[in-house]
Amino acid sequence: MPESVVIIGAGQAGAQAVQSLRAEGFDGPITMVGDEAYPPYQRPPLSKAYLLGTFERPRLFLKADSYYAETGCELLLGTSAKAIHRAERTVELSDGRKLAYDKLLLTTGARVRKLKCPGADLPGIHYLKTIADVDGLQEAFQPGKRIAIVGGGYIGLEVAAVGAKRGLDVTVFEAMDRLMARAVSPQLSSFYAAEHEKAGVKLKLRTGVEAFEGNGKVERIIAGGQRYDTDIVLVGIGVVPCDELATHAGLASEDGIVVDQNARTGDPHIWAAGDCTRHVGREGHSLRLECVQNAIDQAKHAALAMVGKHKTYSEVPWFWSDQYDLKLQIAGLARPSDRLVLRGDPASRKFAVFHLRDGAVAAVEAVNAAPEYLMGKKWVGEGKKIAPQMLADTSVPMKQMA
Amino acid sequence: MPKYKVTYIEDGGKAHTVEVAEGWSLMEGAVKHLVPGIDADCGGACSCATCQVYVAPEWQAKLPPRSEMEETMLDFAPDVRPNSRLSCQLRMSAELDGIVLMLPKTQHA
Repeated sequence: MPESVVIIGAGQAGAQAVQSLRAEGFDGPITMVGDEAYPPYQRPPLSKAYLLGTFERPRLFLKADSYYAETGCELLLGTSAKAIHRAERTVELSDGRKLAYDKLLLTTGARVRKLKCPGADLPGIHYLKTIADVDGLQEAFQPGKRIAIVGGGYIGLEVAAVGAKRGLDVTVFEAMDRLMARAVSPQLSSFYAAEHEKAGVKLKLRTGVEAFEGNGKVERIIAGGQRYDTDIVLVGIGVVPCDELATHAGLASEDGIVVDQNARTGDPHIWAAGDCTRHVGREGHSLRLECVQNAIDQAKHAALAMVGKHKTYSEVPWFWSDQYDLKLQIAGLARPSDRLVLRGDPASRKFAVFHLRDGAVAAVEAVNAAPEYLMGKKWVGEGKKIAPQMLADTSVPMKQMA
Repeated sequence: MPKYKVTYIEDGGKAHTVEVAEGWSLMEGAVKHLVPGIDADCGGACSCATCQVYVAPEWQAKLPPRSEMEETMLDFAPDVRPNSRLSCQLRMSAELDGIVLMLPKTQHA
């Protein structure tokens, strides 16, 4: 009997694992369990082109419908896993079935963090994580409507950009003193704040949400002691890892299922990959990454390990965000103590901020600047040292600095 | 939506002919049908330069020119040739029915 693999979670990491397992020659049965109604799909377009309506639903799916059957992967959709029985190596499903596994991969992802303030349960308050979420938002997301966006992070700002483009009246409420504070440097925050204001988006920084009011549906948001009338609310205040299945089975989780550099948990038969995990990154710090890159790369490493090929996970994290006609591309993980070097003029809407640590490139944030991003990503991987004045000199093309 | 044929040829010579819907990218055609050799990690956002293809000479003239973004991304892809394109930036149309694309040995430099 060939060994069997069960994958819990039908997202980007799960789909990658199926593909990588087959590419690595694994020919046993694979079963993938997903609690949504859909086979694995790309989430990044949801808050961008899919919400705008320029990217049709069939294009979201990562594989052709026939792929899973063709590759011998049974998909159990609309089904969730209730428990892992490690001693007998089975997974108990919501439909009462038990699946036996030789190797188990958890790609359970993350769920949106919910607001808990008064009125937070009112209809008309939306979150954005799934196709169903966007479809639910779509009906109300119409020109002339007022939308209050809670959270000035990637999701909130991408929705703000789409809303402004669609002709909605957009206000963003952010508790911190700058936009995308967790993800980008202050320079980028200021640049994006100006761009959003230019597009007509109202920004309320240092303004935490206190409550919502409304008769049968949300009509007002109370934030920073003031009341604002609104038609729709979209909350984007981050995610929490879906680790309950793992913790209930006695696997370690510290705000993320703890895995090693081969994506393995403390159980030799169980791996985990993607947003649900916590691992020690290439710089030696424990971290939880919420991004496509980690989903893909960690799933690849898990698949390798499952077929007995071990490769240390040390890829450079990368991220992107599309807002208006601005493509933000980030590689590496910045720290507040990094020395920042600006290359290019933000006024030209094409520039990059390099983060130097001990003289070496530790991260790069690039706006409409692909060469800076791609070269920067390579340098982060190499720990390349480079003189700040050279980096800042736009008369020297990136390629010549190699 | 009408569909048209695309043939992808792996570096080792193995050919895959698949049907791609009008308006979809030639990257999507490969990825969804599991043609090996196109990674497209970013899903078509022109963010990763891992969907490079070489366009068969007779088809080159039928394609729109490279955008500045595509041009600069290609600068950093491995083994770039004059007929290199990022397949996420190429849209399927009747005019491209039958197009032949060769795949590089690797997408990661």
